[in-house]
Formats: sequence, C-alpha cells, structure tokens
Amino acid sequence: MTISIDPQKTNNENLQPKGWLRYFSFSLDHKVIGIQYLVCGFLFYLIGGTLASAIRIELASPMSDFMPRDVYNQVLTLHGTIMIFLWIVPVVNGAFGNYLIPFYVGARDMAFPRLNAVAFWLIPPSGLMLVASYFVEGAAQAGWTAYPPLSITTPQSGQIIWILSVLLLGGSSIFGGINFIATIIKLRRPGLKLMQLPMYCWAMLGTSLLVVLSTPVLAGTLILLSFDIIAKTGFFNPVLGGNVVVYQHLFWFYSHPAVYIMVLPAFGLVSEILPVHARKPLFGYTTMVFSIMGIVVLGLVVWAHHMFTSGTPPWMRLFFTIATAFIAVPTGIKFFNWVATLWGGKISINSAMLFSCGFIINFVFGGITGVALAQVPFDIHVHDTYFVVAHFHYIVYGGTVFIIFSSIYHWFPKVTGKMLNDKLGILHFIITFIGFNLCFAPQHWLGLNGMPRRVAEYDPQFQFVNQISSLGALLMAISTIPFLINVFLSVRNGKDAGDNPWNALTPEWLTSSPPPVENWEGEAPLVEEPYGYGKEISEQK
Amino acid sequence: MLNKNIYLILIISIVFAVSFWIGFNVNLLPAEASINAPIYDELFKILFIIGLIIFIGMTIAVIYSLFKFRKRNDHIGDGIALEGNLSLEIVWTIIPSIIVLLIGLYSYNIYDRMGGMKELNHNHEMMSSNTEKIWAGISQTSDNEIAINNLSIEVSAMQFAFLFNYPKGNFISGELHVPVDQKVSMKMESKDVIHAFWVPEFRIKQDIIPGQPTILNFTPTKVGKYPVICAELCGPYHGGMRASIIVEEESDYNEWFNKNKKPEVNL
Repeated sequence: MTISIDPQKTNNENLQPKGWLRYFSFSLDHKVIGIQYLVCGFLFYLIGGTLASAIRIELASPMSDFMPRDVYNQVLTLHGTIMIFLWIVPVVNGAFGNYLIPFYVGARDMAFPRLNAVAFWLIPPSGLMLVASYFVEGAAQAGWTAYPPLSITTPQSGQIIWILSVLLLGGSSIFGGINFIATIIKLRRPGLKLMQLPMYCWAMLGTSLLVVLSTPVLAGTLILLSFDIIAKTGFFNPVLGGNVVVYQHLFWFYSHPAVYIMVLPAFGLVSEILPVHARKPLFGYTTMVFSIMGIVVLGLVVWAHHMFTSGTPPWMRLFFTIATAFIAVPTGIKFFNWVATLWGGKISINSAMLFSCGFIINFVFGGITGVALAQVPFDIHVHDTYFVVAHFHYIVYGGTVFIIFSSIYHWFPKVTGKMLNDKLGILHFIITFIGFNLCFAPQHWLGLNGMPRRVAEYDPQFQFVNQISSLGALLMAISTIPFLINVFLSVRNGKDAGDNPWNALTPEWLTSSPPPVENWEGEAPLVEEPYGYGKEISEQK
Repeated sequence: MLNKNIYLILIISIVFAVSFWIGFNVNLLPAEASINAPIYDELFKILFIIGLIIFIGMTIAVIYSLFKFRKRNDHIGDGIALEGNLSLEIVWTIIPSIIVLLIGLYSYNIYDRMGGMKELNHNHEMMSSNTEKIWAGISQTSDNEIAINNLSIEVSAMQFAFLFNYPKGNFISGELHVPVDQKVSMKMESKDVIHAFWVPEFRIKQDIIPGQPTILNFTPTKVGKYPVICAELCGPYHGGMRASIIVEEESDYNEWFNKNKKPEVNL
C-alpha cells in the first residue's frame, strides 16, 4: 500500500474553527462528524415524530377528519422516509460509527476524513429538500416504498424530489460504508488482531458490506423510476409494457438488508454497553462474530418475503420462507449471549442498562412476530396490515431506537465529560417503554382483525384500540421532554464524569473525556481484551 | 444444586402451562368463514404458543438477572470472568434451528393444505385463455370438487372500487355474492395502480396488479356479509376502498343471480 494517511496532519493543516462553531463546519475530525450526525439525526427524529403524532391524531377517530387524505399519504410517506434514511441509518451507522470506530481500531481518524465529511454534509440538504417538497406541489405520497404505478401517477415534483433525496442519502450511506470497511481493515493499530476488536467493529463491518452491496441496487432502481416519471419510459409502467413486480424485487433487494443496516449496528452497540454495566465479559465473542456474518449473508437472500401476496410463484415463496425463518437462528444466538452476559454479573441498574434490557425484550417480541410473518400462509392474511406496522416498529423503534437512547446515556460522559442525570434517564425509560408498548402492541390485534396499514379511515369497531394506541403515541411524544431537559441541563451543569466514569475497558475510555483531537496524547493503547472484566489485570494500559 | 434444578424445571413448566393456556383460550382472530380460516388459525395457535414460551422465558430471564445480579452497595469488583460456554452455545444454536425447521415444514404443510402448491396446474386451462402471466394466490379445494359448481368471477379493481363481473350472467356487480360451501375462482386485474383483495374472515389476500392478472380461489363456509378490503396503498381514498362479500345459501344466491342476469348478446 502506498497510500499514506497521517490524520494528525490532516487535522492540523486546516484552519478549523474551535468550540461549538466546529459543529457547523466542514470538520474532518471523526468525533465532530459523529456528533453532527447524531444531532442532525435527532432533529429529523423530532420532525418524523411530529409526523407520527399527526398520524396517530388522525387515527384516533375512524373518519378521515384531521387532515386532507392526500396530505395524510404525504405525512406517512415522509414519516417513513425520514425515520429510516435521516434518523436511524445515519445515527446508528454515521454517528456512533464515526465516533467509536477510530477509537476501537486504534486510529486517529477515519481512513478517508474528507469523504467522511462529504458523507455527512449530503444529509442536511437532502433532508431539508425532502421536507420542503411539501411546499412545492405536495410531498411524495406513494409510501416510503414508492411502488409504481402509484408513484408514477401521483404528483410528479414531490416524487422526483423524494427520489433525489433518497439517492443523495444512499450516496452518503455508501461513502460511509466504504470508509468504515477501509478503516476497520486497514487502519488497525499494529498488533491489534481482528478477533480482538470490540463487537461494534464487527457489526459495522457487516453492516457496511450490506450497504455497499445493496444500496447501489436501490439507487439504480430509483433512477429507472425517475426515468419512468420524467421521460415517460416504461420500465415499471404497465401501460407501456413495464413490470411493476420487478420494481418490488429490486426495491426489497436493498430495503430488506436495510433492516439489518438499521439493527446490526444496534446489536454491536448493545454488545459494548451490557458488559460494562454488568461487569462481565461479553459472552461468546466468537459465536457473536459468526452470527453477525451469518445475518449479513442470509439478509441478502430473503427480500421476497415482502412480496408474498404480490404474485410470486410457489417455489419462490417457500425458499424465502425458509431463508427468512433461519435468520432467527443467528439472531437468537445473540440474544441468548446477551442474557448470558447479564447472568452472574454485578449489574448497575442505570438508564443505559434499562434501555438495553428494554431493547432485548422488545426485539425478542418483534423477532417472534418476524418468524411468524416469514411463514407464507401466515403472512398472506396479515401482509399490509397493522400487524406488520406493529412488527417493524418493535424492530426499529423497540430495538434500534431504544439502543440509540441507551448509547446516548452510555457515551454522553465520553463526548461531553459530564454525566446525564440518571433519575431523569430512568423516567425517560419508563415513559418510553410504557408508551411504546401501549402504542404498538394493540396494533397486532388491529392487523389480525382487519385493519390495513396506510389508511386514514377505518371500521368504527377498531376505534377503542386505536385510541389506546394513540395514547401510547402521546406518551412516547412526552417521553422526549425529560430526555431533552436532561441533555440541556447536563451539558451545562452536569456532574463531572472524569475520564472513565463506568470503569470500562474498551479503548475509547482510555483517554480523556472529552478526547483530544488526536484521540490519545501519545501512542494509541493496545487493547487485547476489550471485555476483560473480572480478570486479575483489571487495569489495562 | 438439586434445589436449583427443581426451581428451573418448575419455572419452565409454569411458562409452558401459561403459554398453552393463553394460546388455547385467548382468541385474537376474527370469525372463521372459509375453508382456509381454520387451517390458518391452527398455524396461528401453534406459532402463538411457541412465541409466547420464548417471549415469556426471555423476559423472565432478563428481569430475573436484573434483580438477582444487581449491584449491591457492598459489592466491589466485577462479576465472574465467564467468556463463553461452547456446549451451551451449541445447544442454543441447534435447538432454535430445529424449531425453525419444524415450523417451516409445518407451514409448508399448512400451505399445501390451503392448496398453495397445486394451483397453477388446473387454473391455467380454466381461467386464462390468452393471458400469459398468471400468478396465483391460494386455492384450497381438491381437483374433483371444482368440476360441478365452479364459479368464476372476474374482478377489476380501480381507484377506488372493486367491480365484480359474472361472465356467466353477463352482468357486473359492486357487491360480491357467492354461494356458501362452493369453490369460487376469481381472476383479478387492476385498471390503474396496485390494489389488494383481502377478506379478513377468509384469511386470504392477493394483490391485484395492473398488466398482470392474478388468481384467487376460496371456499366460503359461513353465510354472512364480510368486508372486502383493499390492502395496498392505492391513493388518497385507499382507506375507503372497500366492498362487501355476501355469502348466502345456494337458493338465495341463485335468486340473486337470476335477477341480475342479462341475456347474452349473440354477435
């Protein structure tokens, strides 16, 4: 390799602003970029959450009476797109990945700092563009899946802006993925073996492989779709002889792996958090690594389970049933390993730990309904109903978003040098957990009994259960208040955290909090046992 | 040690008992009104019970760990340095694999009983004369039942309505009438965007796709009026895109049919 990377030089040669202004700059510091991703993602989470509240208000009554019907479809399209592409994917990959991966491999920055900054700065404009499309001619209204021919026949400007925005976000995601793979493979400090890396590195390696393999397919598909819309081509337009089912295959070839792009990093993060607060080594490191890679491989060959009612031949239905159900095996291994990590530990019950345990419980529930949904005969009844809505919110909200909060409580002291208030954090957890389950558990029943998804009006017999669900959504909205208060109070007046408040052994804690620009004053430490809790050498240097 | 094992066995049996009790006594599904429905509900019950056992078991394990192994004030130092246990990990790889495989085989059996595996053979000659691509939904009666009382209906879906064409009576209806206990075959095609035909009480659903006819077969078993619901986002009035299916006794059906029947026009 002739590429020479000297991050120290890269960081110093620029006259980069200091203090809070650097968060608004084209900073090349991976830590700054990580925070940029996180804060930007959280702002979009608030927008997406507002849209979700609008949906739940509409559904509190059986009639379509809160907003016009086409606006309702725009709201649900924007809600899905924002939550996936602007909140969860950028935060679990971009934010935590950028902040942690260089520490974990013992590097001073990512492999390609400029590409990294470009990847982040693609996000705010495309997000703003997406939201602003509402004011042009109405936003896209074909759902986040944008199935043709609906996406071809709805107002064009909104759909085109949606495609452009998703293409930019996909580009950002690919840049990030390449950067993570290069950093993990090539920038490891001398002496650090792959099998000594913290689990989050493995999760990000797997995720980035999925990103790089599948996102280009989505990009190509959306470009063809935009041709259909602008240039009146007939790739997916049945009037011109196009095939609408082909779009679904191409779309889900990306969008099912996208689920793993959203949950694998969360699996990695929870593997970092649990051992620290349970004071025990991560149980079954090797099986964890293999199960991540197993999920990556299987995740690429299950996409058609989203299309069991679309007109798929029987052999295809069977293959995808078996492949999908088998993902439960590596996933199950991880959950058993986490519970085994807790077992026999000395567990500090704090906000980070509670959110992680909430994640385990919610995700197990979502995983079980997932195995059920993989079965063709089961899926045929509940496909495109509220059962599916409930299932994937258990995965992405009850799973990933719980871990995002858990991670914020865990790494806040690292980033700011201040502790978050644990009492407010536990309050945040309790309201979120109750609100989330109240909102989404009843939706399983709604789907089984005849309420399709993406509707603004429904059979009056479902009103009571929908109102319970809306009440849960209200609690979820309220739950962000203690969190925001906590963050704002703690940044200013939080208790001093010291360098390593949790006595953690992973490398990011073996430097000052907040860390210096070069990550370590001297040489990066060689951490051979990132989970060596309970061993005689408890102080690693 | 013996005591511990007894407690473990006791807890596991309670989890099983509770799951079975809930599985058999809590009904989460709507009425059963087609041949498919009881088969579906059997699958649902099995998956529900297995799911409950795993979910309750895992939840108990997590909550128990949080209580039992929480850090007390007099605790110093770390937990035990247990990094893994190969035999345990093999066990919890193999057991879930077996469960998943068995569920897969069982749902294959269910799918076969619903008729999912043999639909293409007999439907082709029956329904499609010149359309090439027919992708079928689920059918469920055996071949010899079809011959006599076969009903074929053509469904066209558009924003935002279903129309049911009865070719034998040469008329179109906005309501789907079918006689009870007879196999109905529908050929469905969309005029504009993708729609879906869903009758929750029948446990069947099939997308209706423009440019690509689909087939859906079912046999209603209970007289009554059930909703036909569009399940695929199809535009602003998607939530209002509904029709009714009226399952009636054969005599009532024939009366309705003859009332609507139009004489055939000879060309």
